[in-house]
Order: sequence, then C-alpha cells, then structure tokens
Amino acid sequence: MSIGTVFKRLMAERLAFFSFIFLMVLVIISIIAPFIVPYDPIEQDLMKVMASPSAQHWLGTDELGRDIFSRLLMGTKSAIQAGLFAILIPLCIGVPMGILSGYLGGVVDDIFMRIVDGIIAIPAILLALGITGALGISLWNAMIAIGIVFTPQFARLARGQTLQIRSEPYVEAAKISGAGAGWIMLKHIIPNIAPPIVVQASFNLSFAILVEASLSFLGMGAQSPQISWGNMIQQAYSMINMNAWMIVYPGLAIILTVLAGNFLGDGLRLALDPKYRKT
Amino acid sequence: MFLKYLARRLLYVIPMLFITTLIVFSFILLIPGDPVLALLGENATPEKIAQVRRDLGLDQPIITQYFDWLKNALQGDLGRSIFTGQYVHDAVFGRLAVTFQLVFVAMIISVVGGMFFAITSIYFPNSWMDYVARFFGTMGSAIPNFWLAMLLVLFFSLKLGWVPATGFTSINDNPIDFFKGILLPAISLGAVGTAQITRHLRSSLMEVMSADYVRTAYSKGVKRWRAIFNHGLQNAMLPVVTTIGILFGNLLGATVVIETVFAIPGMGQLAVNSILQRDFTMLQGVVLVMIVMVIIINFITDIMYAILDPRIEY
Repeated sequence: MSIGTVFKRLMAERLAFFSFIFLMVLVIISIIAPFIVPYDPIEQDLMKVMASPSAQHWLGTDELGRDIFSRLLMGTKSAIQAGLFAILIPLCIGVPMGILSGYLGGVVDDIFMRIVDGIIAIPAILLALGITGALGISLWNAMIAIGIVFTPQFARLARGQTLQIRSEPYVEAAKISGAGAGWIMLKHIIPNIAPPIVVQASFNLSFAILVEASLSFLGMGAQSPQISWGNMIQQAYSMINMNAWMIVYPGLAIILTVLAGNFLGDGLRLALDPKYRKT
Repeated sequence: MFLKYLARRLLYVIPMLFITTLIVFSFILLIPGDPVLALLGENATPEKIAQVRRDLGLDQPIITQYFDWLKNALQGDLGRSIFTGQYVHDAVFGRLAVTFQLVFVAMIISVVGGMFFAITSIYFPNSWMDYVARFFGTMGSAIPNFWLAMLLVLFFSLKLGWVPATGFTSINDNPIDFFKGILLPAISLGAVGTAQITRHLRSSLMEVMSADYVRTAYSKGVKRWRAIFNHGLQNAMLPVVTTIGILFGNLLGATVVIETVFAIPGMGQLAVNSILQRDFTMLQGVVLVMIVMVIIINFITDIMYAILDPRIEY
C-alpha cells in the first residue's frame, strides 16, 4: 500500500481529512508563530487591561494587557511539541523494544513485557507528574515525561503485531532462504506493523496535548513567560469573575486540536485497513 | 477450578507489584546531580545534607536502598516527609478516604451516565437523543477536565450559587454538604468516563443487537426494550467491565488535577504539593499507594469478568 493510496482514501474521509489539514496548519503556526503574531505575546500594556475583543485585539487582552490572540498562537508551540515528543520517543524506544521482544521471544520478551505491564499500571498523568517532579519542573522535562509515559503502549502494540507477522509464510520463507534476523525485522516486520502504529500515534497526539495542558495547568509544565494553553487557562481562572472568555479560548483550542487528532486516528484506521471499502 | 484461576491471577499480581514499586523507587535516580542537594536546595548545611543522605539511605548501594525501602513499605512505613518531617503513611492514609469518595462518585456518574447515553442511543437510533449521546461520547474525551471544572464552577457556583466552588465535606460529617461539594468535582472527573463507557457500550450493544439470538427473540415477539435489557445489556456489559477497571486508574490519576481545582484535600493534591515542595519521599508514598489501589482494582475486575463470563475457562 503506497502512501498515495492511503492519502487518497484519507481524502475521501472528509472529517479525517479536515482534521489532517487543521493539524498541519497548527504545525505551521507553531513554527512561524513568533513572526506572525500581531503583538508581542508577553509584552504588557497596562493601559489596555481586560480589553474586549476589537479590531486591534481580536480576542481582547488579559489582566496584564497582553493580546490574547497572540498568546493563543504562541501556545500552539507547546501543544504541538508535546504531541510530537509523545510520538517520537515511543517510536525510537518503544517500537524497537516491542519488535525485539516479539521477534526474539524467550527471556528478553518476558523481562521487557513485565516492565511494560508495570509502567502501564501507573496512571498516565501520575507517571508524567512523578517523572517531571524528579527531573525538575520545566516544559522540556514535562515533554520528556510525556514521551516516556507513552513508550510502553507502543512497545506492547509493536510486540503484538510482530508476533502475528513472525509466523506469516513470507517471513518463514525469508528465514529458510537464509535472511538474518536484522534483515527480516527491517524488511518484513517494520513495514507490516507500521499501520496500527501510525493510527496509535495519531491518538497519542491528542492525549499528549491533554496531558501537556494538564501539567502546565498544574504549574509543572510551561513556566511563565512560556505560553501553553494549559497555563493560559490557569492564569485566566483567577479572573473568572471578570472575564470568563479568557478561559474559553484556550479551552476551545485544546478541544479542537484533540478532536482533530482523534478524527485523524479514526480516518487513518479506515484508510490503512487492507480490507478497505469506501463508505 | 475457580480457586486455581484466582491463585494464578494473584501470582501475576505479585511480580507486578514488585516491578511498579521498583519503578516508583527509581524515580529518585532521575533526579539530575546529587538528589539530596536537589531536594534541600543550594543553601543546605553539610550536617543537614549528611543527615538526609543517611535518612534516605543514599549512602548505600541502590539495590540495598530498594530492598530497605520495600521492607519498610511492606510494614506500612513509607518514611518521613523531607519537607515537614511528618510520617508519609499518616499523610497518605489520612487523605485516602477523601480521594476514594471522589473517585467512587465519579465512577457512579460514569457508569450510570454511560449506560443511559448508550441505551438511549441504541433505543432511538438516528434521533436527536442518539446524536446527543454520540456527541457526548466524542466530546467527553476531548475536553480537558480542569477546563470543564472551571465552566461548571462559573455557572453553578459563581452565577447560580447552588453549590460551593471549593472544599470538601466528608460523607460521615454531613451527607448533604458532601453531595453538594462533591457534585462538580465528580462530574468534571467523570465526564471522560461517561464518554468512554458510552462509546464502548454503544458499539458492543450494536454488535449484540444484530446477533442471531436477538433476532430470534424479536421474531418470538419480544419487545424492543426487553431485548435490549435482557439480551443486549447482559452480553454487552462484559467488555464494559474491563473499561471500568481501566477507568478507575485514569480517574484516580486525574484527581491530581481536579483536587487542585477544587482545593480538595486528597491524595492528588498531596502529590502536586509534594512535587512543588520537592518532597520526594512523600511523592513516592502517594504514587505507591495509588498504584497499589489500581492494581487491586484491576485484579478485582479480572475476577469479576471471569465470574460474569461463563465462557472463560479457568
């Protein structure tokens, strides 16, 4: 199945395709935000505190006169970075662990999988919190923690898939014709276990964004003047009696992004299914 | 036979506990540099540093440290808080009941809400009720719980004044105040659970309702609601039991956020405070107790599943 085919199928799933576009736009914003923001997101303008939405300040200003729209754009960076970390760390550590575990079996498998079971038993947010607490409170460490939290899930998924593929006739054939373990893993296992991992990655993106927002909300992630949608909500909470809208915008940003990740995951699951039929 | 199954599951739980405690313990290895210096700050006196190092057993090899810690933990001694000197087990077990009450109410909301939405969605397919149910199923897991909590506080506490915005009253002290206080936190916590159970139960109900035996029941003249309740739910609830087990862990973890928003003096709040104060022994204690709770609940749901599903062979 070529990437072109998958992309074509994805385009047919309208909701998933819009979600994909939306996420791509967010990725671009997260890179170019510093250049396109209408105002410096951390510059205070005490003459204009708590301004209502207007032509100058599209979403108004906060209690320190900072432009909320600019802050919202800058917050994209924390969210997208957290999402990418939650995919990259598990892909680099969890997936190879899972493949080795599944392919080699035996003692390696037993040890790896018991560790994985142990980590999965710990509630995600609690584990992220514990790791961040140990590494030291910062956005960077929070993202590393999020990456570690998701690693065992990928390991378990990759292992399960590898176990299935390992006993396929074409792998047996490759083995008989003298292919080494490394070659088989690279040429047969990885391409075949990729689809479910891509789907899982998409869902993880969503969950990671929620965890990042929660950690930043608790003061364990982005530290002022760093901006995250989570700490925007936390700062806005003290102003809830004066301007509730300040809470609403970053919340909606989180919800839309998380929904987009989930819809994309659903769409990818359909598009990557070998038994795909157009709905 | 059942006892044998029980024993086998128990045998699985023990290494699990061993590994998770090892993970919790090894958090301390993640502290960059000298953990004692990181815990006490740059201005600590050499005497204090030496004392804490001894108290934490950090002058011993790491394996010895772990087994010492484990031995004490098994006897209920989780050490003392670095920050306040309080016994960790006193602090943790004092807050256990609070968190447990919160998670329990949130679980009830999740299960009752999830069943309500899933059943109405199946009973009235493609009606507005169905769309509402599907909307909740999708949105519930996308809404940040602390954000939902704030909106609920804004409307029901600040605008309408029906319930308090923060605080907690134990059910033993005053049941009415307990329900008033727990309502918003439990809803914010349970929203994601409601969504998950709605989605899982709905899809498993859809599958069951198109099964042959349900069609046979219809053709014998069984009413629609009877088919759903007698045939559908009984079979569709099985996968939901697993969801409930997983959900418990998620909700317990989410209390760190919700208890902070509502200033509820539970274990979640204690976890957050211990990190902010760099109170490492306290954090280890809280996380350990929470994980043990999760493992026990998962063990119970496994057993429940085996009891409920006659097809499982022990």
